[in-house]
Amino acid sequence: MKKLHLAGLGLLSAAFFMQTGCKPKNANNAVTADAAAKAYVAPGKYDEFYNFVSGGFSGQMSVYGLPSGRLLRVIPVFSVDPEKGWGYSEETKPMLNTSHGFVPWDDLHHTELSQTNGEIDGRWVFGNANNTPRVARIDLGTFRTNEIIELPNSAGNHSSPFITENTEYVVAGTRFSVPPDNVNGDIPISSYKQNFKGYISFISVGKEDGKMDIAFQLQLPGVNFDLSHAGKGKSHGWFFFSCYNTEQANTLLEVNASQRDKDFILAVNWKKAEEYLKAGKGKKVATKYAHNVYDEKTHTAKSEIKTEVLVLDAKELKDICYFIPCPKSPHGCDVDPTGEYIVGSGKLAALIPVFSFDKLQKAIANKQFEGDYEGIPVVKYDAALHGEVQKPGLGPLHTEFDGKGNAYTTFFVSSEVVKWNIKDLKVVDRAPTFYSVGHLCIPGGDSKKPNAKYVIAYNKITKDRYLPTGPELAQSAQLYDISGDKMQLILDFPTIGEPHYAQAVAADVIKNRSVKFFKIEENAHPYVAKGEANSKVVREGNKVHVYMTSVRSHFSPDNIEGVRVGDEVYFHVTNLEQDWDVPHGFAVKGASNAELLIMPGETQTLKWVPEKSGMYPIYCTDFCSALHQEMQGYVRVSPAGSNVPLTFSTGKTQPKESAPKK
Amino acid sequence: MKKYLITASIIGLLAACGGGNQQTKDNSAVAAPAVTEASANGNPSYDPNRGEGKFKNVEIPATLDGAMAAKGEKVYGVKCSSCHKLTDERLVGPGWKEVTKRNTADWIMNFMTNTDEMLNKDPKAQAQLEICLVRMPNQNLSDEDARSLYEFMRKNDGVK
Repeated sequence: MKKLHLAGLGLLSAAFFMQTGCKPKNANNAVTADAAAKAYVAPGKYDEFYNFVSGGFSGQMSVYGLPSGRLLRVIPVFSVDPEKGWGYSEETKPMLNTSHGFVPWDDLHHTELSQTNGEIDGRWVFGNANNTPRVARIDLGTFRTNEIIELPNSAGNHSSPFITENTEYVVAGTRFSVPPDNVNGDIPISSYKQNFKGYISFISVGKEDGKMDIAFQLQLPGVNFDLSHAGKGKSHGWFFFSCYNTEQANTLLEVNASQRDKDFILAVNWKKAEEYLKAGKGKKVATKYAHNVYDEKTHTAKSEIKTEVLVLDAKELKDICYFIPCPKSPHGCDVDPTGEYIVGSGKLAALIPVFSFDKLQKAIANKQFEGDYEGIPVVKYDAALHGEVQKPGLGPLHTEFDGKGNAYTTFFVSSEVVKWNIKDLKVVDRAPTFYSVGHLCIPGGDSKKPNAKYVIAYNKITKDRYLPTGPELAQSAQLYDISGDKMQLILDFPTIGEPHYAQAVAADVIKNRSVKFFKIEENAHPYVAKGEANSKVVREGNKVHVYMTSVRSHFSPDNIEGVRVGDEVYFHVTNLEQDWDVPHGFAVKGASNAELLIMPGETQTLKWVPEKSGMYPIYCTDFCSALHQEMQGYVRVSPAGSNVPLTFSTGKTQPKESAPKK
Repeated sequence: MKKYLITASIIGLLAACGGGNQQTKDNSAVAAPAVTEASANGNPSYDPNRGEGKFKNVEIPATLDGAMAAKGEKVYGVKCSSCHKLTDERLVGPGWKEVTKRNTADWIMNFMTNTDEMLNKDPKAQAQLEICLVRMPNQNLSDEDARSLYEFMRKNDGVK
């Protein structure tokens, strides 16, 4: 009865919507009756897609299921996460080390899944740190950050972490131009034009192990590099970066960097750069940057400070770089699945220029240049242009592709997603977003093989979409079904932090790679206790190492005495379980630290410096069995200089002679 | 259905608490109807002496394989000793003394390697769960691990 009633209501509202015309005034009439069914994933059923969404100023990456919009995991990347002990455990602290020391926060803007032959291969996902410039690689077997590399000569790593079609390189372009690291930066800001430079980094990625290394940096004029995408297919070997502030303003950029009618798309021939490298044209430049790697066998990260980087001067070394004029402070820089079309989105423009790779090659061969910009040739706009999408909307930002000849572009100012045909540049559909969309994502939408069932809009403003929660409101994504001719809004879902770029991929590409637990036999942590018989407490000066085991549902040892004020206590907790979904947690009262969350077969370490003598309970924080609440113990802390001997035990009860008489 | 399970469990519990040989014999007679009922619920072929899993009619020689038992002891140290003592004292799970006399080799090795399924359907396993209240973790033992652990249990039970 109720079902019939609802269906009737749906039909009525759909009919109402059709009658009132194409301009929905609010959310109610923008949704059609079958939307719920399309986004519904029944309890116990899996979603069809994984969606890897940047967490923006949370510094993390979140993983959603689509089409349900269910949050599956928040992967800590650049910000500490006390829930998972990330940045708190001794093993993970080195992951957040930089040339500035330990940095507990960053701003993650873009995600990029690794590719083989231009298709998403499900091995890794990369993320960028926008504030203290870094790139992270997350393993999609463990869904954990396995590597972070810092970028020298950079500030505000925004045009990152986009990749080439076989994940040969991950790129990183500096948003802020700055004085290079090897010169004194203590100079007047107003000397921007003379002293500030822009750097683009090409980070090589190990074919098998994914290990990152800065292969080279390109030194370029001081401008702001914004976004980028690699060529593919015929344009494989090239990389395209949008740049703004070609005015080289150092103050009030809102006005001063919006003076010129056109800024640039930078085309980089990275195969040419490789030739120069081979010929020994790279200059070794002194700098400092951190390279942090997490080892799945020792369950421990190591941070190394590197002191040198190879730099190629794009002005001296000809034929690597060309500028293409692009209207009005271009933001998105997106390459279609064939590799022929490069879409530049000027955020202040009322049109979308589409460049042709073939025409660009011809223009370069025929030297159709309008001049140079600080020594880099500038190709004539018309010589590289395929055409312009006229009056598509206001404030184009980002474009993804459906692999069927269409592009989908977001418009921040007019708050909509617009579908247009790449060849004839005609608009074919438009759908409003709520509100002010930034990035968008089609599964595989920047690869050679999009899987265009949905487009997701990541909005900058939520306003009235959810129940109000004070001045700060939920961040929002919106899911549209694009399997038909028309985009159909089917779901709103809130996201963490602020969502910028996101990528999605069919679940089948990833789900079977998932690691269920770490093999205890392979645990090579220096403080592992493989079995309860190996659990112990060892004093080394004022350092006390507790080799502790955990299993449902007790710790060993769970009674420790003889710790003194002034000691540094290291709880090395090994989870002896060998089954899926049985982490144990560990916490100690008063620790100015976080908890540990230890996966089966893993060892993690919590450092604790007790400041007062007394009794300190420890317990398991992650519900593990019916007797989880019994999983606890005590550490006795005595004053400095106390002669209480160091003892530890499990299951040892009070000796009879010392028991109080009844 | 639920009632059946509880009945089965209580009977199983009685069986588990049994001491000497004579009693075990008696209890197996009592336990029989419970098994029949479980069978009526869709498991006509379920053999409660074998349990369910990969192991069937594993041949166990009369004498001990010392090297295999030593290997088993190593696995015990890492994966079992937190919960099982070698005496008859229960820690988290039951003590291992006489375990090879209470159960067949097939049943023990199936329970080690197919823990979750056995906990879901085996009357003896369920009876133990009623006592211990902690589901035995699946420790992802290989077949070889299971066999060497069984040899270590035999050694613990005095097989030479």
